[in-house]
Amino acid sequence: MSGMRGLSVFISDIRNCQNKEAERLRVDKELGNIRTCFKNDKGLTPYKKKKYVWKMLYIHMLGYDVDFGHMEAVSLISAPKYPEKQVGYIVTSCLLNENHDFLRLAINAVRNDIIGRNETYQCLALTLVGNIGGREFAESLAPDVQKLLISSSCRPLVRKKAALCLLRLFRKNPDVVNADGWCVLNTLLFQFIDVPFIFSSSYAYRADRMAQLLDERDLGVLTSSMSLLVSLVSNDYEGYSSCLPKCVKILERLARNQDVPQEYTYYGIPSPWLQVKTMRALQYFPTIEDPSTRRSLFEVLQRILMGTDVVKNVNKNNASHAVLFEALSLVMHLNAEKEMMSQCVALLGKFISVREPNIRYLGLENMTRMLMITDAQDIIKKHQPQIITSLKDPDISIRRRALDLLYGMCDVSNAKGIVEELLQYLSTAEFSMREELSLKAAILAEKFAPDLSWYVDVILQLIDNAGDFVSDDIWFRVVQFVTNNEDLQPYAASKVREYMDKIAIHETMVKVSAYILGEYGHLLARRPGCSARELFGILHEKLPTVSSPTIPLLLSTYAKLLMHAQPPDIELQKQIWNVFKKYESSIDVEIQQRAVEYFELSKKGAALMDVLAEMPKFPERQSSLIKKVEDVEDTADQSAIKLRAQQLPSNALVLADPQPVNGTPPPLKVPSISGIKLDHESASQTQSQPNGDLSKVQSQIPSADLLGEMVDPLAIEAPPVDMGSHQRVYREEDGIPDEVDGTAIVPIGDQANKVEPIGNITERFNALCLKDSGVLYEDPYIQIGVKAEWRGHHGRLVLFLGNKVTSPLTSVQALILPPAHLKLELSLVPDTIPPRAQVQCPLEVMNIRPSRDVAVLDFSYKFGTSMVVSAKLRLPAVLNKFLQPLQLTSEEFFPQWRSLSGPPLKLQEVVRGVRPLSLSEMENLFNSFRVTICPGLDPNPNNLVASTTFYSENTRPMLCLARIETDPADRTQLRLTVASGDSTLTFELKEFIKEQLIAIPMGSRALVPAVPVPAAPLAQPPSPAVDANDPGAMLAGLL
Amino acid sequence: MSEISFWSNLSLQIRFILLQNRQGKTRLAKYYVPLEESEKHKVEYEVHRLVVNRDSKFTNFVEFRTHKVIYRRYAGLFFSLCVDITDNELAYLECIHLFVEILDHFFSNVCELDLVFNFHKVYLILDEFILAGELQETSKRAIIERMSELEKLE
Repeated sequence: MSGMRGLSVFISDIRNCQNKEAERLRVDKELGNIRTCFKNDKGLTPYKKKKYVWKMLYIHMLGYDVDFGHMEAVSLISAPKYPEKQVGYIVTSCLLNENHDFLRLAINAVRNDIIGRNETYQCLALTLVGNIGGREFAESLAPDVQKLLISSSCRPLVRKKAALCLLRLFRKNPDVVNADGWCVLNTLLFQFIDVPFIFSSSYAYRADRMAQLLDERDLGVLTSSMSLLVSLVSNDYEGYSSCLPKCVKILERLARNQDVPQEYTYYGIPSPWLQVKTMRALQYFPTIEDPSTRRSLFEVLQRILMGTDVVKNVNKNNASHAVLFEALSLVMHLNAEKEMMSQCVALLGKFISVREPNIRYLGLENMTRMLMITDAQDIIKKHQPQIITSLKDPDISIRRRALDLLYGMCDVSNAKGIVEELLQYLSTAEFSMREELSLKAAILAEKFAPDLSWYVDVILQLIDNAGDFVSDDIWFRVVQFVTNNEDLQPYAASKVREYMDKIAIHETMVKVSAYILGEYGHLLARRPGCSARELFGILHEKLPTVSSPTIPLLLSTYAKLLMHAQPPDIELQKQIWNVFKKYESSIDVEIQQRAVEYFELSKKGAALMDVLAEMPKFPERQSSLIKKVEDVEDTADQSAIKLRAQQLPSNALVLADPQPVNGTPPPLKVPSISGIKLDHESASQTQSQPNGDLSKVQSQIPSADLLGEMVDPLAIEAPPVDMGSHQRVYREEDGIPDEVDGTAIVPIGDQANKVEPIGNITERFNALCLKDSGVLYEDPYIQIGVKAEWRGHHGRLVLFLGNKVTSPLTSVQALILPPAHLKLELSLVPDTIPPRAQVQCPLEVMNIRPSRDVAVLDFSYKFGTSMVVSAKLRLPAVLNKFLQPLQLTSEEFFPQWRSLSGPPLKLQEVVRGVRPLSLSEMENLFNSFRVTICPGLDPNPNNLVASTTFYSENTRPMLCLARIETDPADRTQLRLTVASGDSTLTFELKEFIKEQLIAIPMGSRALVPAVPVPAAPLAQPPSPAVDANDPGAMLAGLL
Repeated sequence: MSEISFWSNLSLQIRFILLQNRQGKTRLAKYYVPLEESEKHKVEYEVHRLVVNRDSKFTNFVEFRTHKVIYRRYAGLFFSLCVDITDNELAYLECIHLFVEILDHFFSNVCELDLVFNFHKVYLILDEFILAGELQETSKRAIIERMSELEKLE
């Protein structure tokens, strides 16, 4: 391949492309060229064909679709000469997969190479079949492949490939090696094979063949054969018992380092991989009957358990611990003597407290496995504090393992401690873990509650901390318990009454509180603040904040409160009747029906008592939560491996339950406020969001993607954008670790040093939110400018990267961390910015739905040899960029304003802590973010009305209206009303305007929180008749 | 859904190997399970995002969908293996290192550029090292010798 200049030139060309667009052009040109050449097939030399096919693979690797030329790649397989043949095989196995039709065309050519005498061709063919062979290959090639595997004339090189190739074919069609399919295959056998191998008529014979393979001296072939054995026994271990003693022998040979060639030792350890594989194979046999084999095995295992020390060399350490952890698994599987088991537990106890993250991770993982197999619970419990420390580790991988272990080790004795830890962790955990955490906390609380009042406490805390992640199942269950346990009723009622005093509570809390207070509120009647009228007052305050499915529940509660009011409370009756009256005309049928019925019923006096009697006890039934979990466990097989497999509760639990929560997490938030941790911010946003919006948001996230979203690294790892430590500067560690013999690529080192940005990054960002060009970031070496154009829901931002110094900036990297609602495509950023040069990188933006989340640019470059500067910069692709100014007349404004009545489409809030601005300053501010003031529409000179159009893919162009009522006596507060045809948009726009009014300086928002005052149209007296010609009166009536 | 069954009915093997730089450019991608092109792009994007921002003091293991990614960073390059969740993590971690040692030996002091301009050789080496998603040969010498045999044929 030395002569393939064309290929190298092409690669260089691609590397020299300044941006993604140039790269695409170059690729398109090349593809066009290749296509033309392939079309005029005549005269295309094999060399040229080879070159083009390599180029196709390169283009494919760059991420471009290559939708032609497959035929040419496949045809090279039958080329007569090695160089072309090799390319054909390699490129085919990268471009095609087993489901491609073209591959069928190659079966014959491949088979010819396998049965031919050219060893090199055999290798190529076996590799292709091993990597992408499908069912058809399995059916037609298995006998030929087996023949090579057991042939005495083949070099180890061919035989190890044959072993793995056969393994692939077996995976594609287990019948090719299974006695069940023997009758069918027997005919094949006579056709193709003279020495029957695995297709034999008896188990014994088949296993003998496999056992013979294990006598292999060449460790390369043995490694491959061991993989084959693992696969065969994982399917069905029966009949392979003759392989057992052989495996133990191999293990002995390796563990004692007898007859192991130097090249098969890795950092002094005899092939750790073969050791691991062999022990893995042994774990598929249920037990080892033969006492002497068992004894030998335990001797080896004992040696591994005791003889593995922590060493300084990372690779040696990892390799020896790979063997050690496999040995631990095998010991657990074999259920060894008590003494050995406690040795294992002791080892694991040591591992879970080491600093080395990988070992700690595996310690936690294996301890969880240990729980399921032995009664080591008590010893493991002693490590609880250590495990809880890992629950707070910065690495999510470790936290997940710690959570699994805590979940597994929980019982009646430690449930209180563990569940309280989980609850505490819940308030700081990232979204991706909250769902799982709340489910686990709920299950543990129910399973192991020492008393029921504690259970109630836990669930209420859970709803309070993470309402979005608490499924209906969970609150139904707590209601069931309360209903069925009379002692619990006053307690639960007083508890929920306490929560009702909180300012913002989750809708699920409203539901559970309304239900419990309706049923059992009267038990509290003598306590202060708990009269029927007071309960009604406090519940009714929440009504404007809830979504329509919750309203019927509240109406039922009102009816029950009214019934329980003793002596009858005429004032309360009047208030409640007003509510019923008001909802008699609700467009929601459920609400309307209940309002009408309760109103009529409540007039009937005593009859009401019968109709609304206390709910009967629920029949005892198993918790649906626990049942779900158990169902998963029941269906699984009980072998150790299967037990391990189902242990992955982090995934398994979620998978087993496709709709586990009522609230899918809202789109993941990238932090937009300085100094506030991601989780807190998102949580508070979620809390204050009306629930109607949430359900809207949920429906936009396909549930199948839930897991994908959950592992989204943005959600997990996006560090809080903390302006204080905004800059992260790395210096790669000097020197090269000794484990790599002189290799130039070494693991990355730690961070040090610092480059200070020039100017305030936050202020620069804020300024760019209101204008379309300016400087985003600057430090002594680089300046990043932005210029943007916006059209509808599309935008085009150009980043100008300017090198300010006289030496080049290298390793320039820009990565966009997009929020869920934006589609962002950044063109290629060059690796190097020459001295004093400026490069432009266009960034395409598309807005999918309304959200205030912010995209982040993760930018880094290298200055000199060791100074790495990196910064996370918020990009000014913010909500108001997708607004188009629009000025309405009163004829256009009012009908729209009127048609959008009340939440969630119209939201009102009193905003306090506003920057004092004169009216004209405020007008300018609104106009600057493209919400146009419509002058003269509101007759009150202290008020402003404004309109704009919002563009996103999901909402289509959407009219938005706003009204601001200022108080001339106090310019720090105003009343803001926002309306649009989309509830999410209304909410996001309202929050956005609020931010603009109170946000500067940025910190002030956290200090002076706006107190949301829910619009309470119900409590207000009916508005007087509106004079249709007086817009001011109309507004007053409507607002 | 079909994708999920592809992923789960195969026991204990490497599902794919990726070699990506910090910017997410793929330098090598080898799939041992049949995935559609669009799915491959998605996987590459997701794996990159999963590993690129992890602290060097974190574990080398991350959960990925229903599997686990074992990754290791060498300078600006990420080597990632996707394996079954019950598989032996450390064994695969060292498998990555052995692969890097082989590349280093073959290219004598390998750097990213070697892998870019000789991507075809990298595929060849990988085919001698891993086959059918299983480790095929763990002797560095055997692989290097095999490579020089093959070079003579060209």
